Amino acid sequence: MQRTSNKAWLAVAPVVLVVAFTAVAPLMTVVNYSVQDIFDVQTRLFVGLDWYRETLRDPRFLEALARQLGFSALVLALEIPLGIWIARCIPLQGRMTVAFLIILAVPLLIPWNVVGVIWQIFARPDIGLLGAAVKALGVSYNYTSSAVDAWITLALMDVWHWTSLVALLCFAGLAAIPPAYYQAAELDGASRWQVFRHVQLPHLKSVLTIAVLLRLMDSLMIYTEPFVLTGGGPGASTTFLSQYLTSMAVGQFDLGPAAAFSVLYFLLILLLCWLFYTSVMKRGDEAA
Amino acid sequence: MSARNGKAHWSLYLYCLFLLVPLYWLISMAVKPNRDILGGLELVPSNPTLANFVEIATNPAWYGAFINSLTYVCLNAALSITVALPAAYAFSRYRFLGDKQLFFWLLTNRMAPPAVFLLPFFQLYSAVGLFDTPLAVALAHCLFTVPLAVWILEGFVSAVPKELDEMAAIDGHSFPFFFFRIFIPVIRGGIGVTLFFCFMFSWVELLIARTLTASEAKPIVVAMTRTVSASGLDWGVLAAAGVLTILPGLTVVWFVRRHLVKGFAMGRV
Repeated sequence: MQRTSNKAWLAVAPVVLVVAFTAVAPLMTVVNYSVQDIFDVQTRLFVGLDWYRETLRDPRFLEALARQLGFSALVLALEIPLGIWIARCIPLQGRMTVAFLIILAVPLLIPWNVVGVIWQIFARPDIGLLGAAVKALGVSYNYTSSAVDAWITLALMDVWHWTSLVALLCFAGLAAIPPAYYQAAELDGASRWQVFRHVQLPHLKSVLTIAVLLRLMDSLMIYTEPFVLTGGGPGASTTFLSQYLTSMAVGQFDLGPAAAFSVLYFLLILLLCWLFYTSVMKRGDEAA
Repeated sequence: MSARNGKAHWSLYLYCLFLLVPLYWLISMAVKPNRDILGGLELVPSNPTLANFVEIATNPAWYGAFINSLTYVCLNAALSITVALPAAYAFSRYRFLGDKQLFFWLLTNRMAPPAVFLLPFFQLYSAVGLFDTPLAVALAHCLFTVPLAVWILEGFVSAVPKELDEMAAIDGHSFPFFFFRIFIPVIRGGIGVTLFFCFMFSWVELLIARTLTASEAKPIVVAMTRTVSASGLDWGVLAAAGVLTILPGLTVVWFVRRHLVKGFAMGRV
């Protein structure tokens, strides 16, 4: 169907140029640093994979990695089912639909540090509505001193911030289902659960794949919101990979270890996304 | 579930409440003087004041930062659309050497954590003399906006029947005439949605914007973090700045509200 023409490369060339400048050149620099010990511009020593070995043995890296995986798993487990539920509650048409969609879109448009500020103001026991309300219930709650409270607050904030994305994607998927499917299900006397399981869920597969992939990669990169809300604390209990990497790269200026860390970090996200994507595709093939 | 008969389930109202209450609290903080904020909880501000907003509107450090942010966000959106549109057309209409690989490779850039790029970006943009300019941030944000723009636009371009291109050729229109006068008007909805997403991802980003700027091009998100540490706890002004950063997003979402669902329906965010 499509015409074959290598002249199309001319149309793609500007994108390739921009991406080469913004992504390829910096990534090459990082790879280059990760195998050298750099004292100053003149004195560099090739050290092979030493920095990688050191990073993989660094207990603080491993702890941050464990926290990161735990956090991503937690927010995905909360946001995906909740997002599907919310999407099914939105009327497909009517005056309220656009209003709901706009309200849902609002958290997505707020700068990430402002999301942190909003929750800081909202959850602080002294000036925050949530913090004060929980305290009034007689529960001791302080996200700056208790690691458990910090995690709960972060997870709640992430749900507040990102469930809308899952919901909007799923709503778009639901809106694309032809009404005939529902009529057929009604004729068969299908229960609500059966309609969801056998009509809606199969049609949501592609948007859900996208939603999980986006939430997976973005939750693995989280930096700004915990940076503002908890600063990685109390202790290091909410220090995730990006925060640790940033403190290494900008705070201490350890070029070699930070570069090796960066490469491992990027590869980890690529690997997890690839694993998820191929497993979804493979199961789809078996079912078909 | 009452999704199909035009009425919303009660849990949706509950969820909207959950979304709006923290926002209400931010807005109520923004119109309170600091002594009321620290003086105890009050659900409705008893001494509403616009002093916090006046502070932002009259202090060049604040409104300058707003202008800086808007500058790089607009630059980024213009740049992203300009380079992504021809590429999206090529990906949709032609087969060429390495097209699929190139498309997926573009998307992998979306998976790179910004923290990874801090070191090289700082050095790269310093080396070419762009450090601390809005252009540096605009270019750096292309890291994720350009792959995204190509991805979304490709979906919209593919939704336009190829017969349109062929009819234009038969009618004897040159390709540039077809592309700018016929094709772009046809997919303007897609361009709007793409602008929305470019805006959204560039406006909300902090880490790269902070790394590539110092004093001259300091964006609003950075001005906010620095104010917290510098002047202690000026919660009122901080909340007011937060309220103001939400407004551009609301404006944009209002303009593309009709196209938004279609954009999401492409499954391409």
